[in-house]
Amino acid sequence: MSLLDIDGLHASVNGEPILKDLSLRVEAGEIHAIMGPNGSGKSTLANVLAGRPGYEVTAGQVSFDGIGLAGVEPEARAQAGLFLAFQYPVEIPGVSNMEFLKAAWDSHRAAQGSQPESAVGFMKRARALAKGLGLNPEFLKRGVNEGFSGGEKKRNEILQLLLLEPKLAVLDETDSGLDIDALQTVAAGVNRFRSADNGVLLITHYQRLLNHIVPDRVHVLTEGRIVASGDKHLAEKLEAEGYAWLSG
Amino acid sequence: MSESPIDIVGQEYRAGFVTDVVSDTLPPGLSEAVVRHISAKKREPAWMADWRLAAYGKWRAMTPPDWAHVRFPPIDFEGISYYSAPKSLADAPASLDEVDPELLRTYEKLGIPLHEREALAGVVKSPSVAVDAVFDSVSIATTFKDKLAEAGVIFCPISEAVHSHPELVRKYLGSVVPQQDNFYAALNSAVFSDGSFVYVPEGVRCPMELSTYFRINERNTGQFERTLIIADAGAYVSYLEGCTAPMRDENQLHAAVVELVALDNAEIKYSTVQNWYPGDAEGKGGIYNFVTKRGACLGASSKISWTQVETGSAITWKYPSVVLRGAGSVGEFHSVALTNNHQQADTGTKMIHLGPNTRSTIISKGISAGQSQNSYRGLVRTSPAAKGARNYTQCDSLLLGDACGAHTFPYIENKSPTATIEHEATTSKVSDDQLFLCQQRGIDPEKAISMIVNGFCKDVFRELPMEFAVEAGKLLEVSLEGAVG
Repeated sequence: MSLLDIDGLHASVNGEPILKDLSLRVEAGEIHAIMGPNGSGKSTLANVLAGRPGYEVTAGQVSFDGIGLAGVEPEARAQAGLFLAFQYPVEIPGVSNMEFLKAAWDSHRAAQGSQPESAVGFMKRARALAKGLGLNPEFLKRGVNEGFSGGEKKRNEILQLLLLEPKLAVLDETDSGLDIDALQTVAAGVNRFRSADNGVLLITHYQRLLNHIVPDRVHVLTEGRIVASGDKHLAEKLEAEGYAWLSG
Repeated sequence: MSESPIDIVGQEYRAGFVTDVVSDTLPPGLSEAVVRHISAKKREPAWMADWRLAAYGKWRAMTPPDWAHVRFPPIDFEGISYYSAPKSLADAPASLDEVDPELLRTYEKLGIPLHEREALAGVVKSPSVAVDAVFDSVSIATTFKDKLAEAGVIFCPISEAVHSHPELVRKYLGSVVPQQDNFYAALNSAVFSDGSFVYVPEGVRCPMELSTYFRINERNTGQFERTLIIADAGAYVSYLEGCTAPMRDENQLHAAVVELVALDNAEIKYSTVQNWYPGDAEGKGGIYNFVTKRGACLGASSKISWTQVETGSAITWKYPSVVLRGAGSVGEFHSVALTNNHQQADTGTKMIHLGPNTRSTIISKGISAGQSQNSYRGLVRTSPAAKGARNYTQCDSLLLGDACGAHTFPYIENKSPTATIEHEATTSKVSDDQLFLCQQRGIDPEKAISMIVNGFCKDVFRELPMEFAVEAGKLLEVSLEGAVG
C-alpha cells in the first residue's frame, strides 16, 4: 500500500480541465519533487489533494494511506495526516497563532480519540520549535500570519508541519519569495520532518530548493500530466536546459 | 464545567421552554385604570402612583420612533398585558423554601446560579455573585442580601426599594432617563413591573458582582423592568445582567429602562449578556427588545462603562449611553452585537460630553450572518463647556455570507473647539481562504467561524467579568450555528 496513490486523475477548476490523466505514487520515506512551468497544474494538484472547494475531480482516483479521498472533507483529510503548506498563507486577524495551532493540534488528537494535550506542554513544544526555525516566540501571540513578512509566513507553515506531524506533507512552492537564509531554515525544517514513516511532495518552480532537500524522485508536470520522471539529476538538467526539450 | 448563565443556550434555543405555573395576569390593554391597578398590586405610595400616571399621560401623546434601521409591523399596544405575576408568589416569599419548586426548576434549567440554595447546603466555594432573579414581573429571590447589607450595599427589587428607600428612589428615578425621553421609556415609566435597585454608599467597593436575570414566561405579556443603580462618592460596583425568554410564535415586547448614577470618583461597570429568543430561522416570533439605558457621570472623575454582548431578540433597539457631566469623568461602551437569520439590530451608544476633560471610548463589533441586518448608531456630542474632551470610536463589522447587511450611522456634534474626536471603522468578511486554512489544519468550519468571530470580538470580551468572557464566546458559537455552509 502506497502512502499516496494517484491513478488517472482528471481535475477541473471553474469547469476548466487542468489535470489530465495524472498518475503518481509516493511511498513512506520518500521525497518527490514536482516541477514544471507556470500553469502546468502544480498548485491545482496540491489543492485537489487537500480537497479545496472549487477543485473538482472529474475522473480517476486518489487514495491516501489506503483510503479513497473522494467525498472526504478537507478537515478529515488533514486529521488523517495530509498536510498542505500554502503558497500564500492567509491572515486571520485577532486569532492568536498559539490559539490556532492548539486548536489544530487538538482536532488532530480528537480525530485519533486522544484527549487534548495540556496547554503548557503544547506551548513549550511550540516555542522550542519556533526558536529552531528562527522565529521569535513572541510571534506566537500575534494574529495568525497577521503582519508577518513573507519569510515569517513560510516559516510559520513549517512550524505547523513540525507540530502536527502529518504522514504526508505537500509543500506548494514553499520556497517562492524566500531569501537564502529563510530558504535554508525552511529546508532544514523539512529535513527534520522527513522520516521512514512519512512522505513529502515538494512542488517547486526552481531547482535551488532541491540543493537543500534532496528528492528521491523528480517529476515534470506539463499541461496537467507527468511527462518525465527521474532522479535528482533530472532537476539539474531542467535547471540547465529549461522545460522546452520535454515538449519537443 | 460550572452552571453559568450562558450555558443555557443549548443547541437550538435551550431556554425556550414554558414554565407551567398559574399566573395572575391582567387582561390586555392599557388605561389609567391599568396603571392604577399595577400600582395598587404593589401597594405603592401615592407619589409612586402619581409618577406612573404622569408618565402614562405623556406616553398617550407620543408616537413610536421610526428612525431606526429596522422593520416590523405596528405594535398593538392594546393587545399586550401589562402585568403578570406567578400566582403562588402573590404573597412574596420570604426565602427560597417558599418559592414554587416549579420556578426553581425553571432556573435550574436556565442554569442560573441561585447561589443561596447552594450556600444553605454549604457547597458554595466562592460566593462572588449575588443574584436578583426577575420572573416575568416579580423578583423572586434576592440572594446574598445579608452579606451586602454588612457592607452597606442595598440590592433589592425596585418594588421593595420604593417602600424601604423612598428618598433615594424619589431623588433618582427618572433623573437620568426622563419619562418623556422616548416612547418606550414613557411606557416603561407608566407600567414598569419590577427590576433591581442598587445603592452603594460612599467609599464602598461592592464586595461581589451583582447580577440579575430577566425572563419572560407568560404569553402575550410585555416585560418592563426598571433598574436603578446609584454609586455614591468613591464607590464601585460591577453589575451583570443576563436575559432569556421562551420560544413563542408571536412577538413579545420588552421595554426596559436602566438608569445609572455615579457621583464623585465613583465607578459603575454594567455588563449585559442578552440572549432573548431571536425568532426561528424563518424570522417568526422573537422578542422586540426596545430598551433605554443611560448612565450619568454626575461627579468629578466618575466612570461608567457599558459592556454588552447581544445575540438575541428579533429586533434590538438599544443605545446604552453616558452623560459626562462631572469634570474628568469617563464613559465607555464595549459592544458585540451578533445577528443571524432574520434578526435586526440597531444598536450603539451616545456619549454626551458636558464637563471639561471628559473622555469616552466606544468599541463596537457587529457580526452579521444569514439574512440579518446589523446597524451601529452612535452619537458623540460635546458642549462648549467640554474643554479638552476626548472621544475615540472604533466600529468594526464582520459579514458572514452575502445575504446579510452591516450599517454604520455615526453622528458627531462638536461644539468644543478643544475637543479631540477620533472615529475608525472597518468592514470585513470571513473569507473562503481563511476557512480553508483552518480546515486544512483539521479545524471544522463551525469551529473555525467561531474562532474567527471570537478573535474579532476579543477587545470587548476582555471587558467582561472573567467567568463570563469564555461563556460569551460559546454563546456566539451557538448563535452562529447554521451560518456556515
